[in-house]
Amino acid sequence: MENFEQFLAKWPRERRARIAENATEEQVLVALRKDTLQPEDFLVLLSPAAAPHLEDLAQRAHELTLRYFGRAVNLFTPLYISDVCTNQCRYCGFNAKNTQPRRHLNMDEIEAEARVIADMGLQHILLLTGDARKLSSPEYIADAARRIKPLFASVGVEVYSLTEDEYRLLIAAGVDSMTMFQETYNPELYDWLHPAGPKKDYSFRLNAPERAARAGMRSLGVGALLGLDEFIQDAFCTGLHAWWLMRHYPGVDVGISIPRICSHEGSFDIPHAVGDRQFVQYVTAMRCFLPRSGITCSSRESAFMRDHLIPLGVTRVSAGVSTAVGGRATEADNSGQFDITDHRSVEEMTAALAGIGYQAVVKDWEDPTTTHA
Amino acid sequence: MEDKFILGGVELKSRLFIGTGKYSADNLIPAVCEASGAEVITVAMRRVEKGQQGIVAHIPRSMRLLPNTSGARTADEAVRLARLARAAGCGDWIKIEVISDVRHLLPDGYETAKATEALVKEGFTVLPYINPDLYVARACVDAGAAAVMPLGAPIGTNRGLRTKEMIGILIDELDVPVVVDAGIGRPSQACEAMEMGAAACLVNTAIASSADPVRMAAAFRAAVEAGRNAWLAGAGAVKAPGEAAEASSPLTGFLR
Repeated sequence: MENFEQFLAKWPRERRARIAENATEEQVLVALRKDTLQPEDFLVLLSPAAAPHLEDLAQRAHELTLRYFGRAVNLFTPLYISDVCTNQCRYCGFNAKNTQPRRHLNMDEIEAEARVIADMGLQHILLLTGDARKLSSPEYIADAARRIKPLFASVGVEVYSLTEDEYRLLIAAGVDSMTMFQETYNPELYDWLHPAGPKKDYSFRLNAPERAARAGMRSLGVGALLGLDEFIQDAFCTGLHAWWLMRHYPGVDVGISIPRICSHEGSFDIPHAVGDRQFVQYVTAMRCFLPRSGITCSSRESAFMRDHLIPLGVTRVSAGVSTAVGGRATEADNSGQFDITDHRSVEEMTAALAGIGYQAVVKDWEDPTTTHA
Repeated sequence: MEDKFILGGVELKSRLFIGTGKYSADNLIPAVCEASGAEVITVAMRRVEKGQQGIVAHIPRSMRLLPNTSGARTADEAVRLARLARAAGCGDWIKIEVISDVRHLLPDGYETAKATEALVKEGFTVLPYINPDLYVARACVDAGAAAVMPLGAPIGTNRGLRTKEMIGILIDELDVPVVVDAGIGRPSQACEAMEMGAAACLVNTAIASSADPVRMAAAFRAAVEAGRNAWLAGAGAVKAPGEAAEASSPLTGFLR
């Protein structure tokens, strides 16, 4: 079977750009009426031709979101367990060249931090590390998952790319979901953005979600870091990636994350900043293309933006977020991976959701592989 | 005319089952229960919290819980979730959902029948969620299912009785109650299922995603009752528009 990278080669950059540039209003209206969208339709809905129809897109996205997800939004929170990193991603606060102090939590510290999160009432947690295979090894991540699993219904990871066997190791330790941001689906740009470090291997990262699916991961999340490449390119490739994974691994829940680049430690000029209207076009077109896929919006986005995106398709948000390592139960390091703009606690987020007619759901998973008496 | 509805040895007065997902607030559930008149309510084990906090705490004590195995991809996983449901105090009724295609959420008939067999042996009252496939339905019934729950349309779509013909066959052929589950979007569609002879309907999305879930619950209650009464009464002959009152050239006119 071909992998996603081989499939993506059938959608060269020029083809994507040509379809988007030549998209007509008629094509937009047809796509909006279709029950099932093909990748070409998705591209049309992301195109400039769809921009004047943003309200129609929003109405359709709202209807689909209500139908498949109701008025319920899942809450989770990230737990950064190490920010030691050997990569030099030009846009990232954990860049190895940044001289900030680093922290690497031991198992007792991880459990202490996790207990604070569990006490906040959350049951879905996402473990994150920098890319430092020797220090934050797959075994270290698995040990962390095993240690905190009794406290949570769901443990996810957002870590560097692993091999299929390493994903199996994590699954055996209780991990049920993995998120992998490709950052950009433009290989040349990717190469420039990642001057050194293991993350430089574009293909290994691109095919990581598929390796996780083969290993038996229940839930996958993909996403591009919007703002690096031209909007239409990475927006389309993200949806295509999720669509392809769903077609080939139908038992796996595939969701999308929608990070938009923001300021960080050091200086980085955002090459293709994505404005709010375009961002909304992205979320709503994605909802139309993948009606049953969860869409995660992190606290990079403002409270205002997050609250308004929920009726349009966002089904999962973080709350009570810290992107620093430690800080809840143990001493914090000084700076996070990126600046968060929505600082709301779990209680505040729950109240805000109720205010717009939505329910915060803290538990939406039960590991069916656990044996009960 | 007496019209008893016995399911798993229990007599139920309401033929409307409801769900707990997709609500804007779980505290709507008691009012929906009351307005619907339902006695059976399904809840996904993935939503059930330890100590029955959260969603279960909002379900009135008078309701009979029908926990479901949402998230299971194999018979083994469904069995594990059913045992968890029992251990968590959710009772012995279980709705089996085994779904290994999360894009369409269509039930896996083979795994569902296997799970039915295993759970009946463990003393559960088993209600399998199935495609309206006669062979799968028979396998579940042979394994001891208390009812079968065929889908009217893919779950959550509100598209109504797209599988009407197949559900009709199950109603005709099976000796257990047929509870139409999934896809019912409007009270008129629930009414139609009941007119066909379905024993009951399970409705979640159409109520939960309504702008006024309590009123919609009341509407479904009336529709299910109306459909059941119509089925009991027996429909009269119906003429299609334009259909001639009498055939102009009788085919039996030669009989003198």
